[in-house]
Amino acid sequence: MESQANKILDEVTQGDYKYGFVTDIDTEFAPVGLSEDTIHYISAKKNEPAFMLEFRLKAYRHWLTMSQPKWAHLNISPINFQEIIFYAAPKKKKELSSLDEVDPELLATFNKLGISLDEQKKLAGVAGVAVDAVIDSVSVKTTFSETLSKHGIIFCSFSEAVQNHPDLVKQYMGSVVPYTDNYFAALNSAVFSDGSFCYIPKGVRCPMELSTYFRINAANTGQFERTLIVAEEGAYVSYMEGCTAPQRDENQLHAAIVEIVAMKDASVKYSTVQNWYPGDKNGLGGIYNFVTKRGICKGSNSKISWTQVETGSAITWKYPSCILLGDHSVGEFYSVAVTNNHQQADTGTKMMHLGKNTRSTIISKGISAGQSNNSYRGLVRISKNAVNSRNYSQCDSLLLGARCGAHTYPYIQVDNKSSIVEHEATTSKISEDQLFYCQQRGISNESAIGLIVNGYAKEVLKQLPMEFAVEAQKLLSISLEGSVG
Amino acid sequence: MQSEHKEIITKERFLDLFEKNRALLTKNDTALLAGTREKAIATFARLGFPDTSLETWNLTSLEESFNRGYDYYLRPSEEVDVQKVFRCNIPHLDTAVIGQLNGWYVSKDVPLMELGNGIIMGSLAEARKKYPQLIEKYFGTVADDAGDGFTALNTAFAQDGVFIYVPDNVKSPKPVQLINVIHHDENIFLQSRNLIVVGANAKLSLVHCDDSYNHQASFSNIVTEIHVGEHGVMDHYKLQNLNNNSTLISSVFFRLEDSASLESHYISLNGGLLRNNIRVRFNAPHGRANIYGLYLMDRKQHVDNQVFIDHAYPDCTSSETFKGILDENARAIFNGHVLVRRDAVKTDARQSNKNILLTDTARVNSKPFLEIYNDDVKCSHGSTTGQIDQESMFYLRQRGIGEETARMLLMFAFADEIVTRIDIPQLRQRIEDMVKKRLQGELQICEQCVLHCSTPEHPVEFQIDLSKI
Repeated sequence: MESQANKILDEVTQGDYKYGFVTDIDTEFAPVGLSEDTIHYISAKKNEPAFMLEFRLKAYRHWLTMSQPKWAHLNISPINFQEIIFYAAPKKKKELSSLDEVDPELLATFNKLGISLDEQKKLAGVAGVAVDAVIDSVSVKTTFSETLSKHGIIFCSFSEAVQNHPDLVKQYMGSVVPYTDNYFAALNSAVFSDGSFCYIPKGVRCPMELSTYFRINAANTGQFERTLIVAEEGAYVSYMEGCTAPQRDENQLHAAIVEIVAMKDASVKYSTVQNWYPGDKNGLGGIYNFVTKRGICKGSNSKISWTQVETGSAITWKYPSCILLGDHSVGEFYSVAVTNNHQQADTGTKMMHLGKNTRSTIISKGISAGQSNNSYRGLVRISKNAVNSRNYSQCDSLLLGARCGAHTYPYIQVDNKSSIVEHEATTSKISEDQLFYCQQRGISNESAIGLIVNGYAKEVLKQLPMEFAVEAQKLLSISLEGSVG
Repeated sequence: MQSEHKEIITKERFLDLFEKNRALLTKNDTALLAGTREKAIATFARLGFPDTSLETWNLTSLEESFNRGYDYYLRPSEEVDVQKVFRCNIPHLDTAVIGQLNGWYVSKDVPLMELGNGIIMGSLAEARKKYPQLIEKYFGTVADDAGDGFTALNTAFAQDGVFIYVPDNVKSPKPVQLINVIHHDENIFLQSRNLIVVGANAKLSLVHCDDSYNHQASFSNIVTEIHVGEHGVMDHYKLQNLNNNSTLISSVFFRLEDSASLESHYISLNGGLLRNNIRVRFNAPHGRANIYGLYLMDRKQHVDNQVFIDHAYPDCTSSETFKGILDENARAIFNGHVLVRRDAVKTDARQSNKNILLTDTARVNSKPFLEIYNDDVKCSHGSTTGQIDQESMFYLRQRGIGEETARMLLMFAFADEIVTRIDIPQLRQRIEDMVKKRLQGELQICEQCVLHCSTPEHPVEFQIDLSKI
């Protein structure tokens, strides 16, 4: 444990965004800009059935009627959608049948990111992690698909799901986040290119962690992926998502949708470590991250748990939510959001209690440093029929430095008498006593802050699967590097 | 008598009314005040009345209230039953009483009292004539733009209201009770404007009551500006007991100078639609503000408390404590906003909102909101909504206390956290009684007033059935 802590501290001193490299891959692009032609192009490229094209066009036409939301505590420079490339894919030489055929450049890229696409290597370990690797607009490789299919689990890229399981896609796509939901959801529904699809059949406990790794590589492109997870009755799955992007001076757009459906007694755990390029110290560049994530607890006793560690992106706009429709269903949200330099984050959750005896927990830890702004925005809504429901929310903010901002916008709405909602929050800085204690013991100022911040975020980090927890701790330290003068 | 008969409320109506009556409205204005008025009507023309698309108004719709139609008067009615206005004063409470009827100042004797110690108290209209320099210095400077058109409209139309001036180093010897009664045979829209200046090292206790005597619909847009000078102390009590057809938009703006201290209590007992905009600005370091709120609502009553505390300077302390009990179809909204600006180091700000829902049709929306731009702060907020604690209930029942009485006791205990903060003993006693009666469903508006206010001979008590113990 101690050596691990030392290792983290070592990493702190190295600092900086280490995933900022660009891989030189032969890439093909859609024409710049957005129009119905772009959508036809994407749909044709992916050889999609008619219903998909129809869905995209409907979404696009709806999007045209909407305007970008302004309510968030974010300062967003205008996005010119006509300057973005909406589809970029590494050129495929032929259909892949084994790992050997994957472009070695791509493999090297993922190895560099610490993601192994080699199943053999992983099998040596106790439990492997199945990875769907997405670069720019397409999924390049999904590992362990065959192992998983023995259990009846479908884990593949969204494009493959459209080809091989059109009925499932048709049934669930847009059922949790309809294209009319919001501006960025409509945009995504129109132009989404790939993502992961995961289906856990009745009564199956997924034997390994599933994960998707998103990588933006090409310049001037936006990434629009879509993830759909369906857990049938009694199923269980733990899902992880990671993301990085190269270091560039211009802003890149990322607008994603994640939909989760949990049937009776099903349980889905979704963990994210978001590490998109946050821009440089002067706020130049970075990813605009506009994500709509929502899960529905459709059946009774179902559970959806969101855990997120948000350290990257120039702008984060993200509210993973739970619709607690089934009686006795449970929603959880654990979040650590770190902003430094000129980053802006407006993130939180929505817990919509509709069923009886539903329960939700919200633990949110915001850390702001530099000149960043970090907002928690959360809604807890207990509807009239959600009798005996319970919510507990805690959202704390930690401020490091005199020029940053931390804001909390909790919205609480209770419409029946038998439910109990509790919300508490504190905002403070690292106490001088704590710092003094560490420094007195020979721990440098910066390392001490790393330690204290990790302790502060521990409540959330412990929710992460092992593989992620270590990485998240490192990330926390790195993100805050140089934030204290 | 100039009136606009039973028209619904629209922006155009008031813009038109202003154009037609500009001369009357600005009659006693200094050039500066006339300018303030013009600016305000321009702001109102830009903002109009708020609708639910505004974040701070999204849960309170005024449409129904607006559509009732109201008369608007630019002159006070001639016959005033002074007795009626003053029958509400608190027994045994030795206060200086000033009254308003339908937004206009009424007096037993002179419209503007000048007390020996330099305190000026009375009609704002009169003060505008007599002390234009003093009014000019403060009027319209404390009330900033609250983001909706109501304050601007009030500033543009400000004619009468109450003016209180406590000079430097003077401590008002007894509390001032300001009674604002609404009583009219037709639906009435009224606007009154109060200006209260507490000088440096001065002290004032102000009890401000809003009451109605009949069930006629009314719409009040009341703006109160309160300036508290260096080391000044202000105790402010606001009691609201209006009928179910009344709409009250009450905006109180506080400006606190160096080391000024404010205690403000909002007790809402009845009212159709109550909207309290409470805005505190620390205009210098070392200020202290505690805002307490208690709302007991039932039927279809709607209460909306919007508190905004602007920590613009270092070393200021603020707290908001709001509690409410909602019965039947009542709805309560709490929106606490604390803004800590970049240089406001060593700020200590606390927010708390607790609610009890008694029925499945009562609703609560709570938004304790913090906006912080500085790391050297201590801020916290908490919000709970639930029902009466079952364990406490069990404890009382186990001791032979009837269910109804036990419920009353617990509710009263819940409310008492706010009531107990009231510093004037007679007032606290009175509010305690009113809360007890309110919880027992006995207190409605004053027309049915059955208050046999607690006297040493006849204290109001709970009926605890001792035979079962």
